[in-house]
Order: sequence, then C-alpha cells, then structure tokens
Amino acid sequence: MLKLQGIAVSPGVTIGEALVLDSEGFRIPRRFVARSAVDTELERLATAVAETSREIERNRDAIQAELGGQYAAIFAAHLAMLHDAKLQAELTSAVRDKNFWPEYAVSRTLRRYAKVFQNLDNHIAQRAHDIYDIEKSLLRNLLGQRRETLAAISQPVIILAHNLTPSETANLDRRFVQGFATELGGPGSHTAIVAEGLEIPAVVGLGPFLADVSGGEPVILDGNQGVVILQPDEETIARYRLEVETARTVAARLDGLRDLPAETTDGVRIQVTGNIEFPSEVEQCLSRGCDGIGLYRTEFLYLTSPREPTEEDHFAAYSEVVRSIKNKPVVIRTLDLGADKMRTEKTPEEERNPCLGLRSIRLSLRQLPMFRTQLRAILRASAIGDVRILFPLVSTIVELRQARMVLADVMEDLAEHGIAFNPKMPVGMMVETPAAVIMLDAFIREVDFVSIGTNDLIQYTLAVDRGNKEVADLYNACDPAVLRQLRRSLDVAREAGVPANVCGQMSGSVMYTQLLLGLGLRQMSVPASAIPEIKQVCRSVSVAECRGIAERALAMDSAREVKAFLRDQMRRLLSESVA
Amino acid sequence: MQQVVSRDVVVGLKQGLHARPADMLAREARKWQSRIELVSMSQRVDGKSILEVLTLAAEEGTRLVVEVTGPDATEALAAIVRLFDGNFHENDETAVNTAGRTTTP
Repeated sequence: MLKLQGIAVSPGVTIGEALVLDSEGFRIPRRFVARSAVDTELERLATAVAETSREIERNRDAIQAELGGQYAAIFAAHLAMLHDAKLQAELTSAVRDKNFWPEYAVSRTLRRYAKVFQNLDNHIAQRAHDIYDIEKSLLRNLLGQRRETLAAISQPVIILAHNLTPSETANLDRRFVQGFATELGGPGSHTAIVAEGLEIPAVVGLGPFLADVSGGEPVILDGNQGVVILQPDEETIARYRLEVETARTVAARLDGLRDLPAETTDGVRIQVTGNIEFPSEVEQCLSRGCDGIGLYRTEFLYLTSPREPTEEDHFAAYSEVVRSIKNKPVVIRTLDLGADKMRTEKTPEEERNPCLGLRSIRLSLRQLPMFRTQLRAILRASAIGDVRILFPLVSTIVELRQARMVLADVMEDLAEHGIAFNPKMPVGMMVETPAAVIMLDAFIREVDFVSIGTNDLIQYTLAVDRGNKEVADLYNACDPAVLRQLRRSLDVAREAGVPANVCGQMSGSVMYTQLLLGLGLRQMSVPASAIPEIKQVCRSVSVAECRGIAERALAMDSAREVKAFLRDQMRRLLSESVA
Repeated sequence: MQQVVSRDVVVGLKQGLHARPADMLAREARKWQSRIELVSMSQRVDGKSILEVLTLAAEEGTRLVVEVTGPDATEALAAIVRLFDGNFHENDETAVNTAGRTTTP
C-alpha cells in the first residue's frame, strides 16, 4: 500500500480502477483480449511494428542525407532493436499466451528493457531513451486512428496523469471518470476549478508517482483530504467503502432540501446562488434549488479555443445560461485572466509577478476590441433575462469608471443598431483587493452591487501566493486581517444599501457560514455541490446566534484561534443536526 | 553435426559494446545457423539479439567468451571474432573523421 499526499481541489471520495495517462496522453490500461481475437490483435501488432519500422527508416534516411552515416547508424540500431527476435517473441507471447492487449504488451515489455538499461551504470543507460522512443512510436501506431481520447472512456475509471489541461478536464465524461489525480497542479488552477464544476473528485500536485502504477489496479482517491492510495489493502478499502456509503446517505438526505428556502430559524431569507464555469452546470445548480447564478466565470471561452472567442461564441454560451436558469438572476463576470494565461495574447514582457501584473479588468481595459466583444454579448443576453455584469479585480475608481464608460459606449452602439439590451442592467464590481476594501465607501456610490472574492482578497491581504508551497500555510481564511476586511466590506455595503455577495471558497465551506451570516452577509455564491449543505446550515441557525459567533471571532487575534473556534462551532452545529 | 567452439575476446571499443557495434554483431550472428552466445562474468546472452547484447553493458577491456554451437560453428566463430579483432570498424571511421577534420581550417 502506498499513500500519497497531494492538494485536495475537488471534494469526494471514490474507489476505482486506475487509468494511467502518460505524458502524451495515451491510455495504457491493463486490458485483455479474448482468445478468439488473439490472431486479429497479433496482426494489428504486426502492422504497427511495420509502420514503426517505416518511420524509423524515414528518419534514418533523412538524417543520413543531413548529417551522414555516423548519425544514421543510431536509427539503424533502433531498427535492429525493434526487429530483435527476442523482443518480437516476447511481444507475441504476451498477446498469445497471456492474452494481453497489444498496447499493454508493448508498454510492459519495452519498459522492462528500458529499466534494465537504466540500471546500468555506464553510457549504455542512455539506450533507455531509445527504447522509450520505440515504445512511443509503437503505441502511436497501435492506437492510430483509434487513439482513444479522454472523452471516449467507456468504463468507470480513476485517471492518473502527469498533468491535465483545463480543456482536457472539461472534456472528461462524468459518467465514467470517477476522479483524477495529477503529478502537477495547484489549488485555484483552472483544472481544479473545472474539476469542482464537474463535481469530479480530484487531487493535484502529488509529485512524481506514475512510475509506480501500470493501470488497471484499484486506487482510492480522497478529494476531501487530498490523498491517493495505491495498492490499498483490504482493510483500507473497507474503511473507504464505508465513507463512500456515508457520503451517499448524507447526499440523499440533503437532496430533500432542494425545494426548501435557505431561511434561518429566526426567519431571515438567505440567497444561495451557484458559481458556474460552463452553461451545463446551470442544471446542477437548479437541481439543488439555487436562487440564481451568482458568479458565471467566462474564462473558459478564452481558454478552450485556440482563437479569440467571437461575439457569437460569447452570446451562445450566455444565452444558454440565461435560458436554462429561467427568470432567476445571472451575474456574468468579465474576463478574469492574466495576460500570461491568454493563448491569443502576446505577453508584452516577461512578467515577474503575474498576480500583481496585467490581468482581469486591467487587461480588458488594454484590449478594448476584445473587451467590447464580450460586453456586446453580455448586453445582448441582458435582453432575454435577468443578467448582471461584474468587473473583476478593480483596484482604483478610475478603472471602474473606465469600464463603465466602455460599457455605456457599447450600449450606445447597440442602441444605434437597434439591438435589444437592458439599459438598466445592474453593474457590480468584485471586492478582492485591499484597495477596494479601503476605498469601498467611494466605490459603493458607483455600483449596483458588490461581490467579495475571498480567494484573491486573502491572497492580496496576506501577501501569500497559495500556489507556493513554502508559504501556502500562511494562506488562511481565518486570519483576523481577512475577517476585518470582510466586516468592513459588508458594513459599508449595508450602510449604502447596496447588495453584497461573497463568492470564493470561503462561502462554499460550511465552516464559515455562521461567521458570514453573523457579519451580515445575506447572499452567497457557492459551487453547485455545496448548495445543499450551505442551505442546511442556514436553516439550522439563527442570525442572532451567528452575530454572537462573529463577534467572538473578531475579538481573536490569531488565525489559529479563529480556526479552532469556528471548527468547534461547526462541530456543535453538525452534532445537533444529526441528533 | 553439432559442434561447440569458443574463443575469448576483449572489447577494444572506446565506448564499449554500444548500440552500433551491438547491431553489427547481432546482424553478423544472424547470418549463421549456429547458436551464438556471449558469456560475461555474470550473464550469458543470445548474440543474435541486439537488446540482449546491450544488456551485457560490456565496456572497453571487458573479457567475453564467444560460444558457438551448431553445424557452421567454426566459420561463425571466426566471423564474430573478426569483428572484435577489427574493433567493429570503429577505427576506420575515426580515421575518416580525423582526415575530414584536417581538411577543414
């Protein structure tokens, strides 16, 4: 049994069969072929060997012409290795006698040779690379047109990979992918956000571990604790089975909350809205009884396509969301990406600190044509439903005014062309920089609502990059400095009579619900999966109690103390609700 | 007619018995009907398999026994030993390279 600790990015516990993707994304499961299919599979193997052989010959000839025989001899050696009688006999026997799938036979046999070479302590160890080369080429030819994409998985699996891109993650088939674990990645990455959106349990940042798995074996993935267990023993499997079962029971119980409002015991109605990334997630929010979409992130339009999205791309996505949510509100946030993440964007200069660099609204205001395209689509969507617009990372009043001016300009344009939109579309800003909190009394006069983004606000308040392992422990929502930022923001908004919402991980965790209600929050936007739990907490507490909890937490001066206190409060609440 | 013959050889290659000479060796070995094996201190490998020959990881100065069993054993052994004695033509190419270098300013 091997227990690996990574970073938990999407909750849930699952037990399943491992499917390993190597760095090129090939699936190499330990699969078997039916006895009756052995001859066909052997033919397929022979074809792949022949094609690989031709590829190597082509390389040899090209190199021969370019660099001469000395270099071409390397490819001649590759050919000899590929056609090595011993190797061919082993491959054939793996398929004929052990009934291995040819892909698996190739991977297993060649990797064994590579290992032998790697263990030699002289220059022949380099030959391991040649073997890997041959393996890659054979696999490419074997899988060929049938190269199975992640989307084509047809049986339940847990994906283990070096890395998954956001678009690969977005294309995962939820019916079969029980969870995934990657060697790379950090919290707050887009892959992590997508995993949460798709409600696929995920652990990232595990470090190198793929060498220890070949696929097909049982794996436990604990997306709550960030743990992956390879080759689990019976006892561990039994323990986790119980956990999976319990979670299922709890989920079934929470399901009953769907049509009940998030109303406290003293009659205060809390708006619980969903955070989404893709139009398809609206359904997940609705099925849990959300009050609307409090945060529609639009970055994916920019990340999943190789070109810049057109107005129609934007509009297609926005109108789908608006139509599926019926008459409930949808808050669309404009592009919240760094220039470093934009494929279509040339990074002006190497940014030494992208977090503090050209991103979000700053980038939009620099790239006006791109910004206007998005605004036009949002405005057009405002004609068909309750659409509101949200500007991210506003740090000065000038930025807010500029953004509003561009919006007004686009409105004029649309009006001139007789295109319908809502001229009174509410405009809001994210409060996620200390500057925005400090100056909120000025900002608040110029917006219709605010949304507090706790992830960035914590990062900027505490000056901590949570992707940096060395300091990640300083990133703490319980820090008294963060609590005071929240208190001030909610106080200023309340006094001005401007609605305030909290999005970000803090609002999605039941540990903070009582604190936030006590601080005066009446709207929260959370991932779909968190809606039932948050509702349940709202329905089991009174605002009066919550105020007491918030006051006590605010009187504390260390994050540790606050955390212990909040955890305690949550436990008390949970034990009451179970009883 | 089964006959077994063997000879000691020493690897004279600067880079040891690497991919190219291993390829030449296996290629030559496959021309013969006899079983051709290379024996080192720790293992015995099939001389017709480049992969196996490589796993010998025989460096310069390594002493090996070439053992040949079969109808054409004597001729096969002579051919293999000739490769070792001629240093797998490695020196010829070095000579070519050196010659090339002198003509280049």
